[in-house]
Amino acid sequence: MTARDTDWDGVRLHVVTGKGGTGKTTVAAALALALAHGGRKVLLIEAEGRQGIARLFDRPPLPYGERKIAIGPGEADDGRDPGGDVYALAIDPEGALLDYLQMFYNARSAGKALTRLGLVDFATTIAPGLSDVLVTGKATESARRKAHGGGYVYDSVVLDAPPTGRVGRFLNVSAEVSGLAKVGPIRTHADTVARVIKSPQTAVHFVSTLEEMPVQETLDGIAELRRIAGMQIGGIVINMARPAVLSREELKALPEPAALATALAAAGLHSTDTLAAALADELAEHARHVELQDRERTELEAAGQPIYTLPMITEGIDLAALHRLAAELRDQGAA
Amino acid sequence: MSTIQQEASRRPSVSMSPQLDMDRIIDDRRTRIIVCCGSGGVGKTTAAAAIGLRAAERGRQVCVLTVDPARRLAQSMGLTSLDNTPRLVDGVDRGNGGSLHAMMLDMKRTFDEIVEAHSDPARAAQILANPFYQSLSSSFAGTQEYMAMEKLGQLRRSNEWDLIVVDTPPSRSALDFLDAPERLGRFLDGRLIRVLASPAKATRPFTKVLNAGFSMMTGALTRLLGAQVLRDAQTFVTAFDTMFGGFRERADATYRLLQAPGTSFLVVAAPEPDALREASYFVERLDEERMPLAGLILNRVHHSPATRLSAARSLAAAETLESIPNEGLVPADANANAVTAAALRLHAERMSLGQREQRVAGAFASAHPAVPVVEVSALPVDIHDLAGLRRIGESLGGLQGKSPRIS
Repeated sequence: MTARDTDWDGVRLHVVTGKGGTGKTTVAAALALALAHGGRKVLLIEAEGRQGIARLFDRPPLPYGERKIAIGPGEADDGRDPGGDVYALAIDPEGALLDYLQMFYNARSAGKALTRLGLVDFATTIAPGLSDVLVTGKATESARRKAHGGGYVYDSVVLDAPPTGRVGRFLNVSAEVSGLAKVGPIRTHADTVARVIKSPQTAVHFVSTLEEMPVQETLDGIAELRRIAGMQIGGIVINMARPAVLSREELKALPEPAALATALAAAGLHSTDTLAAALADELAEHARHVELQDRERTELEAAGQPIYTLPMITEGIDLAALHRLAAELRDQGAA
Repeated sequence: MSTIQQEASRRPSVSMSPQLDMDRIIDDRRTRIIVCCGSGGVGKTTAAAAIGLRAAERGRQVCVLTVDPARRLAQSMGLTSLDNTPRLVDGVDRGNGGSLHAMMLDMKRTFDEIVEAHSDPARAAQILANPFYQSLSSSFAGTQEYMAMEKLGQLRRSNEWDLIVVDTPPSRSALDFLDAPERLGRFLDGRLIRVLASPAKATRPFTKVLNAGFSMMTGALTRLLGAQVLRDAQTFVTAFDTMFGGFRERADATYRLLQAPGTSFLVVAAPEPDALREASYFVERLDEERMPLAGLILNRVHHSPATRLSAARSLAAAETLESIPNEGLVPADANANAVTAAALRLHAERMSLGQREQRVAGAFASAHPAVPVVEVSALPVDIHDLAGLRRIGESLGGLQGKSPRIS
């Protein structure tokens, strides 16, 4: 195993949230790949049953069960790192409920009967916090699960959590359930789950793009979690960043379109005047965009959490792209 | 014909879809409700606000019902608090006789108001204080959708506006908006909850018949949730009983409103695989429910003002420029070459992004060739004032159409 300090040594459960459209699932998958090295075993959990993970890894829909889905990269340059394994699990509340009944009452068959009666739907409906507790419960259970030899089954667990707007409620399980259940089995279960989530073993990472609304939601989400005692805020992952093509100074003093036209002619292009005007417009827009990105980045930096930046991948996300993003996360110390 | 145009004519592309004529929809006085749906993060709220503003400035009396606007967008419409009441938006051009109101949904208050309207004060107080009700009204996953529909029904019945534009709640799936009210209605009216209520009502003979199955069920629920949760739920159901029929009925009435000819559904999507997949599901679902789909708003599309220069040729030109040695050039020319090379690389990136978007959108267009589409260009800055909303409205109205434009 490579001895290499990362920003989150000691964290076993990585919760990843972000506003819709920021690429939360992609980042969770890249983080799982990044963590899977040195023979480590990582579980990537999808909380919302969208089968986004299966699509990312180009697999058929995942059943409710832990399946090996990818192999981590290892360290190509030293040859001693054998890579690691990424397992995936798509949780649905029903499956999590059956697990819960099995774990605590050894009553999976009774659970199946309840499912047929529609009672699972009913139970999660009359106790709105119940599905969240069951899902977070499954995630904390996998993070703490021990093998026969005594070591942990998974070295890390990455949870692709609900979007930023709902993550506070999702993670604050004991508070959510306490409104409903002051005593009883679910309450006890929720308290156990809460102890893991509010421990240094868990970190909540936020995915944002450099746009105003996602940044605002990220800052609101961080503020919300900071109000919950014991909750550890992780890093901020800036996703789909578009690097500036020129320095800030160059962008401030762009040459006249006529100068661009001359250069375009030198490059062997035709209709250089109209083309130069169009490119000048694109450059000016790029400059405005860079300015906006810089402003939003400053806002995110003010939160005081480590920041990781992932580039926009214009070709779309496939396995190669995930590996590229995973390498970025490793290089920047996130894993 | 340029290379890009040739490619576009061979491959499926949104250019095959009919153009969505937003102005015809908002100018048609028979259009009374516009529902903007789509998965999270595609710009639904902004689209709803832009449509509302454009309709108002073209002479309609508009109310925009929004669920969870970004703070600065809300401020741009004068919405400073979540007070559940439509507020007149300042700064709207009322030259054509129209007006714009906007409101943010407060789901708990909407729910409380229904309870208060349907029961005497003592019983209302009892329901509002029940822990089970409090949890249901503030955090049940379908409550927001149900209350959005309920509020829509109220606004429509008040007849104070001739056009209501509603922005659906942020949920992982666009379908939640259609499914959640039905789920909540089914739950509140459901047989299971009635059986649950029956011990409290002490209808002995009835329970005796059901005894075996019933005790197994309550036993399982108690084991799962604890006795106290079940007791709270039973108390709630008993107090709520008089209103139950009402709930299902109201949800059904609003659902019928959505099927009426005066309603237009707009699906909003960004040109990305996930968003368009959701849009596709939604289009199919609307069809099944016989709900009137007006078309797709393809938001945040990347266009270039120079489509005739393909990504490949642009990159090649950048390389040519970068290979010209700087020796013998005056600094200004060397700088112009460097900047132009950067501009060409930028252009290449934008062209390939645009192509990928067209490919993804083309897949939607070939699956749903009859669905009209309007594209809105990606803007380099965020929208948080009426001027910005107006620009989006112009895009929607087809002023900039689908022709390449500078955003």
